Amino acid sequence: MTADVMSATALTRRKTRWFMVGAFAVAAIAFVVIAAGGINKNLVYYWTPSDLYGAGDKAYGATIRLGGMVAKGSIHNLGGTSGVEFDVKDATRVVHVKSNGVPPQMFRENIGVVVEGTMTRGGYFESNRLMVSHGNDYKAPEKGHPVDKQELQRLMRSTEGLSNS
Amino acid sequence: MIVMRERSIVPGIVLLLLAAWFGFAVALANHYGLDVSFGISTGLQAAIAAIAGIVGAVYFLVSDNLGPSLKAARLLVVLGIACFLLGSWYGLFVAPPEKFMGQVQRIMYVHVPTAWNGLLAITFGFVCACVFLFKSDWKWDARLEASIEVGVLLSFLLCCQGAIWAKPTWGVWWDWDPRLTTTAVLVFAFLGILALRRFVEDPLRRAVWSSVATIIAYVDVPIVYFSVKWWNSLHQQQSSPQTVSSQFYLPLRMNAFGVLFIMTGFIMLRSRIARERVEQELAPPLPRAVEMQEAV
Repeated sequence: MTADVMSATALTRRKTRWFMVGAFAVAAIAFVVIAAGGINKNLVYYWTPSDLYGAGDKAYGATIRLGGMVAKGSIHNLGGTSGVEFDVKDATRVVHVKSNGVPPQMFRENIGVVVEGTMTRGGYFESNRLMVSHGNDYKAPEKGHPVDKQELQRLMRSTEGLSNS
Repeated sequence: MIVMRERSIVPGIVLLLLAAWFGFAVALANHYGLDVSFGISTGLQAAIAAIAGIVGAVYFLVSDNLGPSLKAARLLVVLGIACFLLGSWYGLFVAPPEKFMGQVQRIMYVHVPTAWNGLLAITFGFVCACVFLFKSDWKWDARLEASIEVGVLLSFLLCCQGAIWAKPTWGVWWDWDPRLTTTAVLVFAFLGILALRRFVEDPLRRAVWSSVATIIAYVDVPIVYFSVKWWNSLHQQQSSPQTVSSQFYLPLRMNAFGVLFIMTGFIMLRSRIARERVEQELAPPLPRAVEMQEAV
């Protein structure tokens, strides 16, 4: 009786070990395909202004996301809830954006934004969804200098995806 | 009857207290002008705290010494709640608001500990799946069920906290950003594994299938981690001590250890329940009353 139970367990164990080998093989292949395969390049959350101009005709008409930094001095409030106009820039190019609705509280010059909408033939980007992205910096305010300009610049430069575009 | 290997809780408690001491107690005492660091550098302190915390938690997770009073698990949950209350008090009332985000940033003190511990719980589940398939030992199946369930709970809370933080900062509750999408995939994949466990009646099949599924679904964990590096995203990249002001460390660490202790206690309690269920399923059915009378 005891011998039977023991051999049964040993048999199960040998079987389950093969399941482990199989699971690891599937997991490893899946990870390699995702990490090293083309998915990295084909999956894009947003386009930078350079990507947008680089896409040529494909950029017009389709609903896309555009990401970059709000250019200094480019914000014009259209009054009330009718929207806001500003320029989104990356290292080299600038796109003019007309966004409707009230922008989020964090919206300001030199902050990262992602806008969803379409590029028009008129040469501006028409957006109906404006999202503000925050960098990975969390700073305590210094005494007497609630906002440090240099810190602000550094924070904005650290906004993801912009430094390597 | 479950045969429990008795193991002292003392080494585990010592490790976790060491983690709490170097993780935040030294810094907290320093804030009030006391030096209790014994001259150990802050970098080494952080390393000791992290290693002692994880080794201590694993010590408890692989001990069967719960006893009838469930003493160790209770102790951990109480210790965790104490750390969490202390950290939340410090984070809400002592730490300054963030320079640009203001008061909203304080949700970081629960969001980040939840993320770390959720991924830790699922990682422990992955280890349980591997050990179960290697050894065919039922207690690892029970631990798998417990850690995946707690991991799913924490990941779900993570998404909710993230949405609450996102609305005032990003302007939206949710967007199909790579970090958010891969985290949602994580929640649903492991939720699916829990559902699979409910549907399969045969204990051995249930254990093998869910272990295999756990190993495969675990691939998403490194993808969640690297999502902000591989793709451009709305979610910010990982912060480091250089990008976070030191005033924010303390509540973050207190809550991180608090959630770790609570999580460990919960997994212990939940795996005990899973273990009793599987023992019942495997035990031969008791003879019916009529048969017993005939036997007499």
